[in-house]
Amino acid sequence: MKVRNYLGLFLIFSAALLLLFPELLLAATDSGDIVAGAPRPSRLDYPKIADINSRTLVWGLAQMHLFLAAFVLAVPLFAISMEFLGHLSGDERYDNMAYEFMKITMSAYSLTALFGGSLALGLFVLYPQLMGYLMKVFRGQVLVYALLFLLESVTLYLYYYSWKALRYGNAKWCHMSIGLVLNTVGLTLMFVANAWATFMMSPTGVDPTTGAVIGSVWDATRNPLWNPVNLHRFLANIAYGGAIVGGYAAYMFLAEKDKELKAHYDWMGYTSNFIAIAGFLPLPFAGYWLMAEIYSYSQQMGITAMGGILAWLFIIQAVLIGTIVLAANYYLWCGLMRTDRGAEYAKYVKYIAVVIVGGFLVWVTPNSLILTTEEIRQLGGTGHKFLGPLGIMPAKNTAVNLMLVFTFLSFQMFYRSSRIPTVSWARQGNMVIIALYVIGCANIVAAGIYGYLTPTVYKVGASVPQVVTTLSIIIISVTIDVFMLRGAKTTKVHWGRMPERSQYALFVLPVAFTWLMGLMGYIRSSLRTSWHVYTIMKDKSPEAYIPTIGEAGNTITIITLSFMAIMVFVFWLSRLGETRQEKPT
Amino acid sequence: MTFVRVMGFSLLILLVYTGFANILPQVQGDPPKEEEIDAGSLDMAGMVSLGQQLFSGKGTCTLCHNKRLRAPDLLALDLAKSFPQRLADPRYTGIAKSKEGAQAIGEYIHESMLDPSKYVVAGFGKKGSGDTISQMPKINLPPISLSPVEINAITAFLQDRAGLTPTIALPSASEAPAPSNDAGEEEEGPSTTAVAALEKFGCSSCHDLEGSEADIGPKLNGISKKLDDAKITEAIIKPNAEIAEGFEADTMPDDFGEQMRVSELNLIIDYLKNLPENP
Ligand code: HEC
Ligand code: HEC
Repeated sequence: MKVRNYLGLFLIFSAALLLLFPELLLAATDSGDIVAGAPRPSRLDYPKIADINSRTLVWGLAQMHLFLAAFVLAVPLFAISMEFLGHLSGDERYDNMAYEFMKITMSAYSLTALFGGSLALGLFVLYPQLMGYLMKVFRGQVLVYALLFLLESVTLYLYYYSWKALRYGNAKWCHMSIGLVLNTVGLTLMFVANAWATFMMSPTGVDPTTGAVIGSVWDATRNPLWNPVNLHRFLANIAYGGAIVGGYAAYMFLAEKDKELKAHYDWMGYTSNFIAIAGFLPLPFAGYWLMAEIYSYSQQMGITAMGGILAWLFIIQAVLIGTIVLAANYYLWCGLMRTDRGAEYAKYVKYIAVVIVGGFLVWVTPNSLILTTEEIRQLGGTGHKFLGPLGIMPAKNTAVNLMLVFTFLSFQMFYRSSRIPTVSWARQGNMVIIALYVIGCANIVAAGIYGYLTPTVYKVGASVPQVVTTLSIIIISVTIDVFMLRGAKTTKVHWGRMPERSQYALFVLPVAFTWLMGLMGYIRSSLRTSWHVYTIMKDKSPEAYIPTIGEAGNTITIITLSFMAIMVFVFWLSRLGETRQEKPT
Repeated sequence: MTFVRVMGFSLLILLVYTGFANILPQVQGDPPKEEEIDAGSLDMAGMVSLGQQLFSGKGTCTLCHNKRLRAPDLLALDLAKSFPQRLADPRYTGIAKSKEGAQAIGEYIHESMLDPSKYVVAGFGKKGSGDTISQMPKINLPPISLSPVEINAITAFLQDRAGLTPTIALPSASEAPAPSNDAGEEEEGPSTTAVAALEKFGCSSCHDLEGSEADIGPKLNGISKKLDDAKITEAIIKPNAEIAEGFEADTMPDDFGEQMRVSELNLIIDYLKNLPENP
């Protein structure tokens, strides 16, 4: 065996160890002196630097770090999937695309670290009491984090620079193992960071009255919201990475004149849009779990989110998700032009459009008319007021599920438009699929009506059959398609045969995703209301209030713009790397 | 050109989102504010109205107890009927079990706030607990943390709504809820000069400053000879940490730390440092 094979084995072994015993990382030595409770800072304990608004500064740094980190974690995740696909199918396009993206990640990586460092610095300088307390709670884990970060850097460089050297045969497997370790370490990093964020929302392992540390680091890590947030961020990262890559591909498609390259970027745009939507489809369900866990941890926190001032944010969220779904579908419909049989399917587009737009409208309609600020003020004094009911949940759930089902249908149509089934039972198979859709949709609507008629407490229960139906439609029809299209006659897909305007739909995705992530970050942090660590450590800083939606929106827009500027810079850098000046003669 | 078009398009989307966020109702979620209550002057009617305030205000009860039925809608229920039913319910095992009358119902309400799981109204328990665990937080603990007097006030309010004469004990002056730390902060911006800050916090009523010749506290002239910056800061925000010779502890207010802005504190320290020893 060659040296690199040993290396590969070692890395796989450590990855497996990490996966199997995450506690290994997180268990740290107890240092018995922690008897004092959480600090009770007064306003004076918050250093004020010039006229800087501490919260906005830290908010911006945290969000930028998160955007970059999401991108840097997501790209290797689908680089390795592409690599794997490419290796299995022998289609070099996958491998080339994966490599192209790793190249961009490399320049984004150092920026991620830079923002991470600034965030840590900002937190320690501006919120010394809070950070001191968190350090007490998480003790050695901070060091573990630093070590992981080191490991992440090493594996990332190794993965990228060995790409060409370990390209074929067994060497490729070795390379993919490095990728596996890279992703394992990356995800662990994220999980550790999530532990800190979720501890602040639902603290465990500390004494509930004083905040004194009584449990191990693992106890604090394993708080009730940790896993729901882990899953949610994991899926969102995939969707986000796909969306950004899609935006890049769209830009290159528009800028490129060369036919062959245009085809390449069109294909890249399609593939990354596929990844983005694949990560996106299960997100509402992950969000559901997260929300359910929040309710079960503290009904008060749950209601603050869904029925308090934050409730309006879910209307904005609906608008954002609506635009994402519309844009993705529009792109898919345009894509039908790429195949010769696409026109046969294009005639159904208008019906899908009606469902998607209709669902979108139901989703954004609040149940009661929009309350004025004055009315909201009168409802209570402290900011934990409840607003009028916000659209009826069953109607909204029905709309979301239908939108997801029809988005999937758009995919399926494109996929089928270049394949003619040759199996004898094709007709029956199609009938089954159609029946599946019809019955499924009827079931979703029926469950919605049932939910509408039952009392509030049981409404939530009605959404479970809806989710199950949506997932069943997707899983069963994919399974049928796999068998039915086996050995199908494939017709040519004319990559590059896309109208320019379709590419703009691909830009909607990263922009809307970035803004959406900013919004959700704001909601997540606001759920703690005026607490640094919910119920344990009060926030006495001058900014211990929940900003208005407008203020938050403006901040999120500014952060999004800065992030876009950075991404443009990163893309430009990676292109610069390829440009070579001719030697003057 | 492509670049400009793409960026313009992205900006447009961002503008739409931002605009949308700005046309929705704008409410700032302020941290709970403690109202200053003169407990000595509260009679029963005062307690009931305080309870009503707390119910929708600091107590955040209306967050859950409202017509959306996350919890029994206490403001709409006929409490005169429902409370006696709770006491008679065999599932109830609390202190007021099988008792009757205003006193018992008061105990039930009080207990509902401190130990909500003692009786869980059917259908409102934690999922999967079969109505044995309440979803309601303990009101005396964070994040709500009402004081005993405040909890009594709410009890009186709910007794009153059930058509009963409140039975709770009236608070004595010493039990009054802590006066607000944040009161008045909204109206008054931070002082911008040292003299204004000294004025605002009334330093010269005890110290000989700006020619006030007060002598409740020590002279501050030449203080920088005696104390360094850190010590001066401590003397202001934690006056009882070290007591100046010849003076008594607990005379100087110990809550300046809560009231002052950092900028004001800095102004005052600067000012005191530069006070000449012999004016
Ligand atoms: C996070 C939501 C929530 C908040 C906040 C809340 N409650 Fe409750 N409360 C409930 C739920 C759910 C129930 C029903 C379960 C039970 O009986 O414990 C309940 C039950 C009660 C009951 C018994 C009702 C009955 O019909 O017997 C009383 C009394 C009560 N709450 C008073 C209050 C008061 C006073 C406040 C504010 C200081 C308050 N609650 C805040 C959720 C809440
Ligand atoms: C109610 C009267 C009172 C007020 C108002 C007051 N002080 Fe004092 N101060 C005292 C007394 C009494 C002492 C001495 C006991 C001690 O050290 O706590 C003192 C001590 C001090 C000392 C330490 C002096 C030394 O020699 O150690 C400083 C500095 C000081 N005060 C500054 C201030 C400032 C600044 C303000 C206004 C923000 C202020 N005080 C308001 C009563 C007061």
